[in-house]
Amino acid sequence: MALSMNTPDFLIERNINRCINCQVCVRQCANEAHHWDAEEEKVVSDDAQCVNCHRCVTMCPTHALSIRKFPLEFRENANWTASTMRAIYKQAETGGILLTGMGTDRPYPIYWDHLLLNASQVTNPSIDPLREPMELKTFLGRKPEQLRVENGKLVEPLPPQIELDLPIMFSAMSFGSVSLNVAKSLVQAAETLGIFYNTGEGGLHEDLYRYGKNTIVQVASGRFGVHTEYLNAGVAIEIKIGQGAKPGIGGHLPGEKVGAEVSRTRMIPERSDAISPAPHHDIYSIEDLTQLIFSLKEATNYEKPVIVKIAAVHNVSAIASGIARAGADIIAIDGFRGGTGAAPLRTRDSVGIPIELALAAVDNRLREEGIRNQVSLVVGGSIRNSADIVKAIALGADAVYVASAALIAMGCHMCQKCYTGKCNWGIATQNPQLVKRLNPEIGAERVTNLLRAWEHEIKELLGGMGINAIESLRGNRLMLRGIGLSDRDLNILGVLAAGE
Amino acid sequence: MKRVYAREEVCVGCKLCEVYCATAHSEYPMDIVKAFLKQKTKPLPRILVEDNLSISFALQCRHCDEAPCTKACITGAMQKDPVTGIVRNDESRCVGCWTCILACPFGAIRRDNQGHKVASKCDLCSNGAEDFEAANASNVPVCVQNCPNRALQFLDSVREGGE
Amino acid sequence: MDYVIVGNSAAAVGTVEGIRSVDLEGKITLFSKEPYPAYSRPLISYYLSGKVTPEKMYYRDSEFYKRLQVEAHLGTEIQALKLEEKKVELSTGEKIPYDRLLIATGGKPISPPIPGREYSGVSTFLTWDDVKELGKELFPGIKVVVIGAGLIGLKATEALVKREAIVTVAELSTRILSAILDEESAQIVQNHLEEQGVKFKLNNTVAQILGEKGKVTGVRLQNGEELECDRVILAIGVRPNLDLVRDTTIKLNQGILVNPQMATSVTDVYAAGDVSEGYDKIYQESRVLPILPNAYKQGFNAGVNMAGGSSEYQSGFAMNAIGFFGLPMLTAGIIKPNAPDFQEYVQQDQTKRSYKKIVLRAGKLVGYIALNTMDRAGILTGLIDQEVDVSAFQEHLLKEDFGYIHFPKELRRQRLTLRK
Repeated sequence: MALSMNTPDFLIERNINRCINCQVCVRQCANEAHHWDAEEEKVVSDDAQCVNCHRCVTMCPTHALSIRKFPLEFRENANWTASTMRAIYKQAETGGILLTGMGTDRPYPIYWDHLLLNASQVTNPSIDPLREPMELKTFLGRKPEQLRVENGKLVEPLPPQIELDLPIMFSAMSFGSVSLNVAKSLVQAAETLGIFYNTGEGGLHEDLYRYGKNTIVQVASGRFGVHTEYLNAGVAIEIKIGQGAKPGIGGHLPGEKVGAEVSRTRMIPERSDAISPAPHHDIYSIEDLTQLIFSLKEATNYEKPVIVKIAAVHNVSAIASGIARAGADIIAIDGFRGGTGAAPLRTRDSVGIPIELALAAVDNRLREEGIRNQVSLVVGGSIRNSADIVKAIALGADAVYVASAALIAMGCHMCQKCYTGKCNWGIATQNPQLVKRLNPEIGAERVTNLLRAWEHEIKELLGGMGINAIESLRGNRLMLRGIGLSDRDLNILGVLAAGE
Repeated sequence: MKRVYAREEVCVGCKLCEVYCATAHSEYPMDIVKAFLKQKTKPLPRILVEDNLSISFALQCRHCDEAPCTKACITGAMQKDPVTGIVRNDESRCVGCWTCILACPFGAIRRDNQGHKVASKCDLCSNGAEDFEAANASNVPVCVQNCPNRALQFLDSVREGGE
Repeated sequence: MDYVIVGNSAAAVGTVEGIRSVDLEGKITLFSKEPYPAYSRPLISYYLSGKVTPEKMYYRDSEFYKRLQVEAHLGTEIQALKLEEKKVELSTGEKIPYDRLLIATGGKPISPPIPGREYSGVSTFLTWDDVKELGKELFPGIKVVVIGAGLIGLKATEALVKREAIVTVAELSTRILSAILDEESAQIVQNHLEEQGVKFKLNNTVAQILGEKGKVTGVRLQNGEELECDRVILAIGVRPNLDLVRDTTIKLNQGILVNPQMATSVTDVYAAGDVSEGYDKIYQESRVLPILPNAYKQGFNAGVNMAGGSSEYQSGFAMNAIGFFGLPMLTAGIIKPNAPDFQEYVQQDQTKRSYKKIVLRAGKLVGYIALNTMDRAGILTGLIDQEVDVSAFQEHLLKEDFGYIHFPKELRRQRLTLRK
């Protein structure tokens, strides 16, 4: 066996003045970073196994643990950084693709943090959300060219709409990449909040059919779990063309995570890798997409809006225009900072474009072409807080998709090891012992709390701008100013610079 | 009366309930570190987590309506409080004969062999409080309070266990 | 309603509590031969060794009789039962009437007709007074011969050794504790006791007690061997004390026969405790079960029925908790089956002095021995009591950590989850 150059990423520090050797850390680490030394009668830790998920730190009743970066220094090198070199060591040993989880951690500019919001001062006074009603409700779906009213009634019925009490939905996370308890937490939160959750490409588990009126079902390239009942179970159908974290490739669920329940729900054999093809093999042109959209509408009696989800890539505006014309009711765009359960590292970190730019570009293009009303725009790809949401709507979105934020609310600590199936928080795993750790009661409560908190903050920010309805914010670029951005960026975003 | 019920579907087998129970019944009920590191005898929990690779749940005295331990006790130390319903062992009278362990169908009583031998079991954190009505109503046992996944619940029940 | 109770130990206390759980008004009169408030018989050896002080001997607190409104006549022996008159007679001739009578006269030590047993220094080991008297006579190095290596004999032995006596135990059987242990487990306990200096003469007994000037000086064993000693303790066993009922019409067998309501064959007369013979559901026949938990439960059951309530007790079976010099053992039910329809399984560890045995019949647990490895063995007692079919999980019963986790999920759910 040749020498492994893999050194630990993290250092586990145990304060022996506080450690009571209760072994909670031993029992709770799925990576077996802690174990009980019976001879020494104490807990000892193996730094090499630690992934920095903080499970042990959080569970320790005496706060005796802390995790640090493993103190190993290379000679300073701005080009050959430690992580760059370690990646090569790994690949030299395994010959394989480097996998990772969650969204990119590279220091690309985050445009949300370069956008500032307006506030009212003298004219157009602020509105106090505690005293005045604020309308956060919005409807997603195709809007007609014009409304014709006769005798107090609409002449033509509206195309199908879905109603959101908040302009936020839970983005697709497949059952398989996440546990059933995650799905249960999200759908219960969605029910309480009056919004929707998305099944992702893993199909819909039988226990969740009762939450159909808060569910969006996804049809992805692997067509996992797709059958007529499934299509009719939710309130909308989403065709997944791409995902922000890994544009151009399909979903990847390692066999370790395909247990009995996942197998049954996805309609695939247990323990087989669930690899979705990169394209939908029946969509090779925009006309093929039209065909699929209308097949789905036929199958569901034209009662449900069809969403098409694409990753934010270079020609995103042209693509979006084509999709709108193909008959989609809603276009969902997923920016490159979005999360994933498993993706090749290089794809995640280098492919795709930021959602802020994609959104601005698509919104502009659809307006220029006079077809903006034909689709609602939903954006995701690392929406982290209520300020991001307000800015996204100001840039032109009808609503946002959040996923990573919801998982963090449930306990995710961004250790990026989702693909191993050993998520210590019971989120990205199918191991029943780990899945238990996410009690759906608690998960639903925490996610609901988060979104309620955001709801209050959004109202405060809107009120500050003198706006009392989401409708008045949508595409209202005048409410934004850029800071620290180049002219080019400002141009693409369609916002003025702060000071202007 | 209210009793502690465990839900095995959400018990993660961390055994924090055992840590908090042991601390609450030690010389330093509010300080886990001192209870475990300073006290000379090892703090003993009265709750027990049973676990194997796939299942785990906590188990403690059910404070049975017809508590077999109270009928088996040879010294009369084990008694069910007629007001609160809590079955408590008067350690000053217990001689550690273990007849209660023989009788308890839940295996909820442990031997405390440190110092003078006594039978040790859950007292719903009443700690011998005289006026326990308050304790039962607002004093939720520490195991329930500290379970990180809400696997333990303190609920009213109509009838429970025993013979 | 006038209740009269003859007796003042666990069964009598149970009866009082049983009556009062139904009837708070009726008059309860209790007669105790011994002059003490109810005390715990099993604690006499603890008293002898000094582990328990006098205040801790009592089975209930000092306000017990007052609180439950019992007119207790301590040190008052009942001379005779006049059942046709529904009265009990004291030695003074006074007759006390009753509406309901409970007989809880307990057991008497078996006193075999060994020549020499009338010498002073020969005593039994049953009452507090027995050990008070014995305690006064002890000195370090005193030689004592205990006849009987059963539960009482060995508890007496342990107390004597703790008082620095030199003890030899003579036992007719080939093993000690033959009522509750099998050969292998008995050997482990015997070795443990021998390490403490106790000597055993098994398959043997005392044929004659030797003495001089009216005092014990030694014994001659059945095999002819002679031993010097200063005291002899007769601890062969206990029989139901039937003195009061022998001349009455009450139906007897080994003890006073009682039905599930603890009633005897005579109307309004009940019996409970070591004097009674109720149904043993494991042996599936009537048996005397002279153990404290049984006495209390029978007493309580009798009390409820005497007071007009309705209660049945048919679920007695043998169970014992005992230990010597830090080696504990819990046993229950049938431990040495002698018929082909039983299965026995054993797990032992000589180095740890542990021995665990389970006995099954028709898929159900009917007995066990848990020596040293006895934590949570009450779960096994519960399985016997509930007559659970354990075939699905019997291979787990012998495990040291056997618990509810080994139960089938449905059974566990029934036992442990919230029931309304």
